[in-house]
Amino acid sequence: MREKAKIMDKDSIRRVLMRIAHEILEKNKGTYNLCLMGIRTRGVYLAQRLVEEIKKIENKSVPVGILDITLYRDDLTLIAPHPVVHKTEIDFDINDKNIVLVDDVLYTGRTVRAALDAIIDFGRPKTIQLAVLVDRGHRELPIRADYVGKNIPTSSTETIEVRVEEVDGKDEVIIVDKNIS
Amino acid sequence: MEWRHKDLLGLAELTKEEIELILDTASSFKEVSTREIKKVPALRGKSVVNLFYEPSTRTRVSFEIAAKRLSCDVINIIADTSSVRKGESLVDTGKNLEALKIDIIVLRHNSSGAAHLLARNVGVSVINAGDGWHEHPTQALLDIFTLKEKFGKIEGLNVTIVGDIAHSRVARSNIWGLTKLGAKVCVCAPKSLLPIEIERLGVEVFNDLDEALRDTDCVNVLRMQLERDEKTIFPSSLDYFKQYGITMERLKKLKRNILIMHPGPLNRGVEISSEVADGENSVILEQVTNGIAVRMAVLYLVTQARETIKNEAHH
Repeated sequence: MREKAKIMDKDSIRRVLMRIAHEILEKNKGTYNLCLMGIRTRGVYLAQRLVEEIKKIENKSVPVGILDITLYRDDLTLIAPHPVVHKTEIDFDINDKNIVLVDDVLYTGRTVRAALDAIIDFGRPKTIQLAVLVDRGHRELPIRADYVGKNIPTSSTETIEVRVEEVDGKDEVIIVDKNIS
Repeated sequence: MEWRHKDLLGLAELTKEEIELILDTASSFKEVSTREIKKVPALRGKSVVNLFYEPSTRTRVSFEIAAKRLSCDVINIIADTSSVRKGESLVDTGKNLEALKIDIIVLRHNSSGAAHLLARNVGVSVINAGDGWHEHPTQALLDIFTLKEKFGKIEGLNVTIVGDIAHSRVARSNIWGLTKLGAKVCVCAPKSLLPIEIERLGVEVFNDLDEALRDTDCVNVLRMQLERDEKTIFPSSLDYFKQYGITMERLKKLKRNILIMHPGPLNRGVEISSEVADGENSVILEQVTNGIAVRMAVLYLVTQARETIKNEAHH
């Protein structure tokens, strides 16, 4: 594993989230019936930051939920070590809401597929939209994002690492090459 | 921390970290039962057989609900109505179930060690739902889970188990689990209901109930097993209630409120008064609710471990 390049730093992540917050408000015409849902782990912190940005713009709080999609994965038996199951925390009614799902990286689309199934077990939202910090391509399912921080075309030997201060101590997006040690 | 056992046979053989992993996983699963759609697809396509050689309603139903909330298919076999009556051995029954391509056997058996015997002889996962006087790990796990929810942690807690310790697999599993997690465990019973050398499990022994309760945070009240002929070991259930029954009068003498647990089913007026069982410090029904989450966690973890073992053998 080798870090190939830093794609985004703290400031560019902040600017991108500010733009996405504006786009979410534009598309949903404000905060009415709007709620955000972060996918564990890093999507949760990005969702919380988007909530802060939205508050700065509209002076309104929107509810934010936490989604753990472990129980909805289609590759549970293939991945090792197994992820620990964490809590899903949605303490508001999602029926007829406009939900913006938030994740750090959009790749195959399988995580989003699992998240859609999980959300639908909680009720019937009016819409589900998708916001991601990075779209790296290589989709395996017919899924696309409504809000994209940055498109980063990658090869299959590369991975994108999104680091957030709350988990990793700093904000940055890095391309890592798996083949070079 | 990763769970690496295809079976859950008892708490005696688990580490503190493994027990904590089950409790943490259970706490994530608890939320599923509060949803409008109380089901997740995690174990879709897996089959669970509840193989019960002893009558049990609550444990069997709890396992069945837990499995169904994980999208498993569940088959119940009650030994009375199966080919066990024709003399089939436990291992043969297990091997036949394996040939039917089921994934998990939940076993309740009247012989101590039955689950271990079965687990050694089949490749499917075996979960011990009570073997003789030996262990009942999921009951102890749900007791410990409930304690952890109420007190925040297990380390440093004083837990007193009262009742027929000699014949209780619930007591043994609780003792192993709680002591590993750093609780202080006391047992209290008439001498005839205490196994010899029980202190060697690291517990303090009391014969007097008031003395046992004095410094405790929680009392776990065992059921008097009236279906056994207890007359030989204790004169009558009324006598037992007088000396060992948990009553309001007894609790009022204590300096503080203590948590009341009971694995059920209750014998009201034998080991516990109705007033206490239904009182505000009783968490007996919360234990029942928590049992689902704990059993979901166990079903999930053993399945993952078995798949991992299978994949590793493959590569």
